[in-house]
Amino acid sequence: MTAAIEARGLGKQYGRRWALTDCTLSIPAGHVVGLVGPNGAGKTTLINLATGMLTSTTGSIAVLGKKPASDPAQLASVGYVAQDTPTYSSMSVEDHLRFGAHMNPAWDNDLARKRIQQLDLDPKQKAGKLSGGQRAQLALTLAIAKRPQLLMLDEPIASLDPLARREFLQVLMEATADQELSVVMSSHLVTDLERVADYLIVLVASRVQIAGEVSSLLATHHLLTGPRRDTASLPAGQQVITESHTDRQSSFVVRSNEPIQDPTLSVAGLDLEDLVLAYMGSAKAGSNHPMLEGTR
Amino acid sequence: MIWLSWRQFRLQAVVAAAALAVVAIALLSTGAHLSALFDSNGLATCRTTCSTDAVNFNNQLKGSTTELIFYGSTFLMYAVPGLIGIFWGAPLVARELESGTFRLAWNQSVTKSRWIAVKLGLIGLAAMATIGLLSLMTSWWASPLYDAAQKGGGNSFSINKIAPPLFGATGIAPVGYAAFAFALGVAAGVLIRRTIPAMAVTLVIFAAVQVVMPLLIQPHLISPARLTAPFNANTANEIMISSPGNTMTVVGNFSGPAAWVLSDETITPSGKVFTGPAGSACLSSTAPPQQCNNWLNSQHLRQLITYQPASRYWPMQWLELAIYLVVAAGLSVLCVWQVRRRRG
Repeated sequence: MTAAIEARGLGKQYGRRWALTDCTLSIPAGHVVGLVGPNGAGKTTLINLATGMLTSTTGSIAVLGKKPASDPAQLASVGYVAQDTPTYSSMSVEDHLRFGAHMNPAWDNDLARKRIQQLDLDPKQKAGKLSGGQRAQLALTLAIAKRPQLLMLDEPIASLDPLARREFLQVLMEATADQELSVVMSSHLVTDLERVADYLIVLVASRVQIAGEVSSLLATHHLLTGPRRDTASLPAGQQVITESHTDRQSSFVVRSNEPIQDPTLSVAGLDLEDLVLAYMGSAKAGSNHPMLEGTR
Repeated sequence: MIWLSWRQFRLQAVVAAAALAVVAIALLSTGAHLSALFDSNGLATCRTTCSTDAVNFNNQLKGSTTELIFYGSTFLMYAVPGLIGIFWGAPLVARELESGTFRLAWNQSVTKSRWIAVKLGLIGLAAMATIGLLSLMTSWWASPLYDAAQKGGGNSFSINKIAPPLFGATGIAPVGYAAFAFALGVAAGVLIRRTIPAMAVTLVIFAAVQVVMPLLIQPHLISPARLTAPFNANTANEIMISSPGNTMTVVGNFSGPAAWVLSDETITPSGKVFTGPAGSACLSSTAPPQQCNNWLNSQHLRQLITYQPASRYWPMQWLELAIYLVVAAGLSVLCVWQVRRRRG
């Protein structure tokens, strides 16, 4: 099966600053992928490279096996909801549906109209007069009704209130269930993604820190606490993500495919937020981890 | 894509159609009066010596609304391409870039190249059609004026279609101006990425081109015709002596057929521009002026005139159109190329 997104050594440079560095990824199709990282980490850059809005400085990226935005068929197979969910403010909701219908051969008109109805949007309303949540919903409707195989959303709910967030995610989840749809969704908040994502990419300081299925990430990351000890004394199979030491005690977040069998250490699991924070902290501390790939 | 182009262009199209309708009504309602005046002065039937009729016709028009409409429509022919560049061209891509909607537009199942190409093509054609229609209407309306000028004989009238400003306000050249202004506006928007500055840049460049072109390039589109005639001081337009040095500037009177006179020099038998020095007959304060004229006439001076004859009106119009269309096409290619590599 073709990977949803396949990147090799992908990098993007703006002037002297690298917005994305040496990104090598293979995201299998059929996942809801959470792309998480602090602001400015390169999430938007990665999504823009994947939608063909940007061209890379180094490396290559293939989306559904093809160069992004290379031809109408490739464009048709990818749905994209950009940051701030742009819509034409002077065009009505109805006009947007016509826009979708005229611009996409695979447009599902029934689906689009049903969603607009469910969302209780007035078709005659100008998009400029919609609330942020309604606008996001309209943009999502446009992206879903073109019947893509992959849907990419760039911080779609960052600017929405909690209720609108929940509604948005609900619509998104229904769509992924109904259509065979892969989703890549970025956010700087893990909590936004926790409930929906089954695959996670952590992007910090323009580098991918880790990527993998959520279940395997959770299964292979552990929080170890025990009497103070040197990091080097941990077995070689355990990769230390973060460590902290007090006079008497040491704690580590490690990644290990093997069970932890050291009786002097108490082993606890991590939730997704802890895991992401560990990687963010580790990247901040400047320890240069090689790109880690999750188990496939 | 055609639907989207139309939907986003609808408002501008309606404004343009309404403006054209207003102009059409103004021209239609006054056109009949103008041709009636043309007929009543006997210009319709006169065959040979029509200059008196033409002068009468002209005098009747001096200070009238008709004259105002004539100048107004000439001005419009220059203004409309500029307005098209500013209000149709500049916002076309700039507004999408500015409001972020390009992220929506460029992720439908239509490539960026096609998106920009269709928009450029359709609205560019609309621009050319608009100015073409306006040119037809104003030419029809002003045809009695041109006919009278022609029958009245040559340069005695200020209405001369071969020379600026009328050359660029008539015929098919304005179609080229509109295409150029539109493509210029789009290109400015693509490169500057902001609507208002793009509009300003479009205005400045288009205005500059419209000044530079007739001043520097238009006269040489076709190599100018030359004509020499004996200089006659008795009918000279200007004889000027400046001291010290007693240099003379003399300008002869040229009464050829209707033409765009590019230069009119008085030259010596050796082919140099005559600059004096003035003979004593011209310097004496007591001698009658005729003595100076006689002296000048004895110098074997000739008038050298370079000009574009009126018969070259259509070849020059086609050339002008072709040049502007080529530049517009170049700018369009630049737009497509820039949009293709445009980053978000």
